[in-house]
Amino acid sequence: MGQLLRTSFARELETLQTDTLMLGSMVIQALKESVEALRQRDMETAKRLIKEDDVINKKRFEIEADCLRLIATQQPMAGDLRLIAAVLEISTELERIGDYAKGIGRIILLIGPEALIKPLVDIPRMCDIATNMLQQALDAFLNQDVEAARRIPLQDDEVDGLYNQVHRDLIAMILEDTSLIDRCNYLLWAAHNLERAADRVTNICERIIFTVTGEFIEFDMN
Amino acid sequence: MTVAIDRPSRVQVENGSSSPNGSGRYAIEAEKMHVYYGEFCAVRDVDMKVPTNKITAIIGPSGCGKSTVLRCFNRMNDLISSARIEGVVLFQGQNIYDEDVDPVEVRRRIGMVFQKPNPFPKTIYENVAWGTRINGFRGDMDEMVERALRSAALWEEVKDKLQQNALGLSGGQQQRLCIARAIAVEPEIILMDEPASALDPIATLRIEDLMKEISEKYTIIVVTHNMQQAARISDYTAFFSVDDRRTGNLIEFDDTEKIFTNPSQKRTEDYITGRFG
Repeated sequence: MGQLLRTSFARELETLQTDTLMLGSMVIQALKESVEALRQRDMETAKRLIKEDDVINKKRFEIEADCLRLIATQQPMAGDLRLIAAVLEISTELERIGDYAKGIGRIILLIGPEALIKPLVDIPRMCDIATNMLQQALDAFLNQDVEAARRIPLQDDEVDGLYNQVHRDLIAMILEDTSLIDRCNYLLWAAHNLERAADRVTNICERIIFTVTGEFIEFDMN
Repeated sequence: MTVAIDRPSRVQVENGSSSPNGSGRYAIEAEKMHVYYGEFCAVRDVDMKVPTNKITAIIGPSGCGKSTVLRCFNRMNDLISSARIEGVVLFQGQNIYDEDVDPVEVRRRIGMVFQKPNPFPKTIYENVAWGTRINGFRGDMDEMVERALRSAALWEEVKDKLQQNALGLSGGQQQRLCIARAIAVEPEIILMDEPASALDPIATLRIEDLMKEISEKYTIIVVTHNMQQAARISDYTAFFSVDDRRTGNLIEFDDTEKIFTNPSQKRTEDYITGRFG
């Protein structure tokens, strides 16, 4: 007794985790590049990001197919079952964060090469915090670290605060000069995408806690 | 180690179309195989190419001919006087039912493990050594026995009691001993007929792990009435069903993943979802 059983299934679960981390890294990279491209009005990078979202989507479908295969063939129970259920959710959240990067790519094309309506300060900061949160969440997922998963969502308040700041600034500009509505709106959309990205990291943290404890919780940052 | 048996080199088998995802090489190819017990057709018209060094599971309801098909793959049905086979079963390109083929040699190269562990009432050592000795093995027997027992994940548990009677082992250990005995004669294919159905859940998982491990070296064809077991361990799954005349037939043969997530045939889906038995 004491011998490890089902080693090949254990390996498959590890692969599932690794693939989820890989998807997370792809999404972090895409989000960072999108905000940098916004700062530079880099049309080529924007087009590439829009195109490369397909790669992220494909990876997510692969992970989903692997989850379904493992459920169908390996009869996962308890922690194994929760891990697979969590990966299904987490990969969906990651894919949606990837969509936000693609969305910023589209916003860049709408804005075009002209100068931005205001210097980008808060939006890159939001991106830094959101991607940092996501990296921490991926680490917590890898290490099944519940304490980290409980702490990470606290940073969402800062992202929300920055979003509110951007929102106020842009609305004030619109009120002063209504011809700026479109250009202000584009930046507001970009900021909103980043605010949502951080919200989704919070959802990922909820799933990490579920994986470890079996507890369904919802962080209410408000 | 050398084995004092002449062994023909492997015949590369052409890629075929009626097999799961065409792995390129097949350990066994049944073509238009029908099996009769007297006048009764037990299994009809089986076309099945079993990929090499993979685990293929045969599943299906009781009486669908799973075990009958398995026994055809090493001429075990020859031992049933009323059994008759039509069609071809190719092993490395040769029909094992050709007149000039020695069934004993077929069974050496295509070994079998049965539902109930059936060690000989001899020592653990002798159980493993016996098959190779009658095949004229003249190498280092101790080394061969150890290697076979290690391959069967049993060595650590029995290394200090090799001279004890095999019947003193637990059921799971006895079954692993039977697998060691099958491996000892270096077969190319191991047929397993419900190899874990008489074992408790942990012993079952141990056998399943062992099957996964040895499938890197051997082709395994396993009959199981435990659908979940087929799903867990096999690379390919063949689903047999039975018609109104109680004749078994192959409904679907595909990647295990495909069979259990999105089978092509409605009958397969009905069976694996428990809507038809």
